[in-house]
Amino acid sequence: MDPLDSLQAEAVAEFAAIDDPDLLEQVKARYLGKQGLITERMKALGGMEPEARKAEGARINRVKTGVEEALNARREALREAALAQQLAAEALDVSLPGRGTGAGGWHPVSRVRERVCELFAGIGFEVADGPEIETDFFNFTALNTPDDHPARSMHDTFYIEGSDRLLRTHTSPIQVRYMQAHQPPLRIVAPGRVYRVDSDATHSPMFHQIEGLWVDRDVSFADLKGVVTQFLQRFFEREDLQVRFRPSFFPFTEPSAEIDMAWGDRWLEIGGCGMVHPNVLRHVNIDPEEFRGFAFGFGIDRLAMLRYGVRDLRLFYENDLRFLRQFV
Amino acid sequence: MKFSESWLRQSVSPQGGTDALADLLTMAGLEVESLEPAAPPFSGVVVGEIVAIAPHPDADRLRVCQVACGADKPLTIVCGAPNARAGLKAPLAVVGAKLPGDLAIGKAKMRGVESFGMLCSARELGIATDADGLLELPYEAPVGADIRQYLDLEDTVIELKLTPNRGDCLSMAGLAREVAALSAARIEAMPLQSLADAHAHSRGITVPAAADCPVYLGRVFTGIDPAARTPLWMRRRIERAGSRCVSLAVDITNYVMLELGQPLHAFDHDRLSGDIVVRRANAGERITLLDGSEATLDPSFLVIADAAGAQAVAGVMGGAHSAVTDATTSIFLESAHFVPGVIAGRARRLNVASEAAHRFERGVDPTLPERAMARAAQLLADLAGAQAGPLVAVRSELPQRAPIRLRESRAAAVIGMDLGSKTITGILDRLGLGHQKNGDAWTVTVPPHRFDLAIEEDLIEEIVRVHGYQKVPVRSPQASLGMPPRDESVLKVAGPMARLALRDYQEVITYSFIDEGDEATLHGNAAPVRLANPIARQMSVMRSSLLAGLLGVLRGNVAHRQTRVRIIERGRVFLGIDEPSQQPERLGGLAWGGAVDEQWGAPARAVDFFDVKADLEAILAPHALAAQPWTGHPALHPGRAARLSVDGRDIGWLGELHPRQVQALDLGRAPVAFEIDLAALPLSGAVAAAPPARTPSVRRDIAVVVDEAVQWRQIAHAIADPAIDNLHDIAPFDIYRGQGIESGKKSLAIAMTIQDTRKTLTDIEIEAVVNTVVERLASAVGASLRQ
Repeated sequence: MDPLDSLQAEAVAEFAAIDDPDLLEQVKARYLGKQGLITERMKALGGMEPEARKAEGARINRVKTGVEEALNARREALREAALAQQLAAEALDVSLPGRGTGAGGWHPVSRVRERVCELFAGIGFEVADGPEIETDFFNFTALNTPDDHPARSMHDTFYIEGSDRLLRTHTSPIQVRYMQAHQPPLRIVAPGRVYRVDSDATHSPMFHQIEGLWVDRDVSFADLKGVVTQFLQRFFEREDLQVRFRPSFFPFTEPSAEIDMAWGDRWLEIGGCGMVHPNVLRHVNIDPEEFRGFAFGFGIDRLAMLRYGVRDLRLFYENDLRFLRQFV
Repeated sequence: MKFSESWLRQSVSPQGGTDALADLLTMAGLEVESLEPAAPPFSGVVVGEIVAIAPHPDADRLRVCQVACGADKPLTIVCGAPNARAGLKAPLAVVGAKLPGDLAIGKAKMRGVESFGMLCSARELGIATDADGLLELPYEAPVGADIRQYLDLEDTVIELKLTPNRGDCLSMAGLAREVAALSAARIEAMPLQSLADAHAHSRGITVPAAADCPVYLGRVFTGIDPAARTPLWMRRRIERAGSRCVSLAVDITNYVMLELGQPLHAFDHDRLSGDIVVRRANAGERITLLDGSEATLDPSFLVIADAAGAQAVAGVMGGAHSAVTDATTSIFLESAHFVPGVIAGRARRLNVASEAAHRFERGVDPTLPERAMARAAQLLADLAGAQAGPLVAVRSELPQRAPIRLRESRAAAVIGMDLGSKTITGILDRLGLGHQKNGDAWTVTVPPHRFDLAIEEDLIEEIVRVHGYQKVPVRSPQASLGMPPRDESVLKVAGPMARLALRDYQEVITYSFIDEGDEATLHGNAAPVRLANPIARQMSVMRSSLLAGLLGVLRGNVAHRQTRVRIIERGRVFLGIDEPSQQPERLGGLAWGGAVDEQWGAPARAVDFFDVKADLEAILAPHALAAQPWTGHPALHPGRAARLSVDGRDIGWLGELHPRQVQALDLGRAPVAFEIDLAALPLSGAVAAAPPARTPSVRRDIAVVVDEAVQWRQIAHAIADPAIDNLHDIAPFDIYRGQGIESGKKSLAIAMTIQDTRKTLTDIEIEAVVNTVVERLASAVGASLRQ
């Protein structure tokens, strides 16, 4: 073999045998350093004939390039090996839990409230609000329930001592306040706390309702059925949910209906609704010949119980974190 | 309202069974709340008669009866009931009978005597819960008859949840009329004969309050047999209607009310003196009512008085003085019409339960008193042997009911479908409403029993109700679409709530009413908004802060061994009752336990004031939160509490619970709590964005030694006011006390960010800023550079 070629072969073999990067650099010097074997040969070119020098120079350069490539390849291989080792040493137990703060969550009743508001926002309902300590006027009289009306005994009302104020028994007073302040056409939902003198597994002295109201020139009972039916199907994410409307009585709507939905193998009462009674419109100076409206109301707690499979209403007000954390 | 299905079906019997009837009623707005069989299933029980009875040879408490039951010869039955006696008729379960509770009756040897069946109590048949001894059947009970037929036990008790507008359905006759209208089934008329006068006893009647009482009928009945008992069929109907039987005369008045809907009142004739006067009560007039309660009246009540004074609160309840008793032989029977306005709410004000008031306040057909009086007379004569005197009637004009205009077009618009003239007319006919059409509109006259029909909408509701709500189409409404305004604020309610939820707070909902003691101790409010009728003492006042509720939740969860509690609540507090603005909506919260959940990678550390402050800073960003020391809260640590403000506006407070409360609530360590007024939060709109500066910023740190009492806000204020050119930001990054620092002092390390947005600063310019800061701090708070 040509001595130059064997020099290259020797260098490549030597590089390949080295595992230590520092040693590799030392060995490199033997070939490519200032006094290296290849460098020496290059120096020796000076004494040659131009023709021979050119040919020999090209040969040496080729060998030099080959050696350099082998060197670089080996360097790269050693770097890769070192990195691989480092990475292996740095490996984590990725199955350990994350560090730092956890996540809180909304109360299920609030989740449902937000969800209902969002669904109605989709068809242009604004959210309205009102006080919880109400006057007799807004809670009853303006809703066509004058003093001594038998319908008043449908509500067991909390009264404020030493005054004629009361805790609102439903969210309907918000309707009246809103209609006093705004001109139709209008569409609102009004969620909030309501209060009745009642307490057992299915009744809490404080609970939540959401009231909806649409007043416009041409809305009808058929529209009311449409809005309520679609809401329930969307809320429960069940397009096949059966909803029925059953005649009932509320002083502030006429015709009035209870809303039932098919749940399991029976009908479940889920809310009330009706066309706004002309007297209610007149109370807020809306001409019932020009405008009609419909209103509907649902118990937010009841919607939450059905949505999340909660059997006992009291769980919502015990605020046991072991229960609430499920809603994170 | 409860009623017996078989009673109803005697008047009107639509096709289909009990469930079909219940569905018909429910879907017409007369909601069926429950269906209860009159008796549980059993079989093989007949009417038996004890024809002979003898002591048992071997048992003191047993007797051996010979019981006739329609078979060839009497059966031998061993019986232990104390009321077993010869001649008694009682239910007999024969061999092969099946009683409730899967009890099969067979031949049995009892102490050596063979018994061929069992005589039964009401409880053994499942028709009463507290029956002693054998169920005693009337003498006329046919021996051998099946007891289920004889006692009408195949019946169902239907309970209706009647809405207040349907007072006309509070009777069997009214219900039958409704069912006939809904089902088109034929209604059986009940013949009624008038009872001739048997004597001349009567009582004068004057009605000064004629507008309250347009019809008052009175009739005296004498010769009532005190021994006469209420017949079984009547008892059954009264009891299945959920009432109790009292005495025959009273039972008859109740029965007539259940049957026709007209409340009657029977006075003991011998306990009355002089004429009957129907008048308004005098102010302060007192009466002892039938139920024993004492009532003090005022002129809003109508009374039935005699020469001695008020004997009854009209339409509500009779007085004790003239009440009918077991010894009564003569009664004065009242059948009157009282207008709803003079009865409405009166029973509630007197706190009495009154079936009469329940009907009168909803409206009773004013044409009923005659019919009801005649029916009662018939029953009193037939069942109690009573003799009637002449009827005394005082009548004045009945209030006129105006006819109602019903437009076909309006009905179509409200319902959302056009029913057509023919359908509407048909429904009006079925409901017994008179009508005459002129163009688009009918003029409708309303029968006297329908107090709920006064305006056009009432009729539209009736039409769609009878037609069927389910036949109204389900339609998506049309509306003109206007896009409502939306500001860009994130600080409306949902924003802070969502941000806190992300920072590991769990929302809770607590009652708005709390314990009065907590309101005083924890909220410092000695004059709270009080409930007049709280359901419990610990829920008697309206909260003026969310703190007490949150602490209650904390305590409950600590009791459940939670070691870390972070909760928030959004809700109104109640500072007064006059204006809605006195019921502001607040966002409150507290954190207790570890700063983070106990975990492998973070040291355990209790949450403190600054952790929670950071949470609040995060939810209020981009607004800067400022805190002032505050000693004004009774339940907070005076050295660890602050009033909070944003842009100079007070928004609430933050603080550690007072050690006294920590101890009182047995919390072990102090929670850090806060409360923010949601209405006070600034509404941050769109941000006016600036590009980042292209010049480099420089950081310089200094450490200054100051008195322990010097607060960061003083330092920040000294540096910020007036502003120092090119000083962008300062932040404390270390606070050190101890070795090398004089006691009573602390060392504060402050990082300064220095930057000129137009050019790169020179070292000299940077030093000038640092020196200004040092000089300001030296003069403002006596700070010296730490060596």
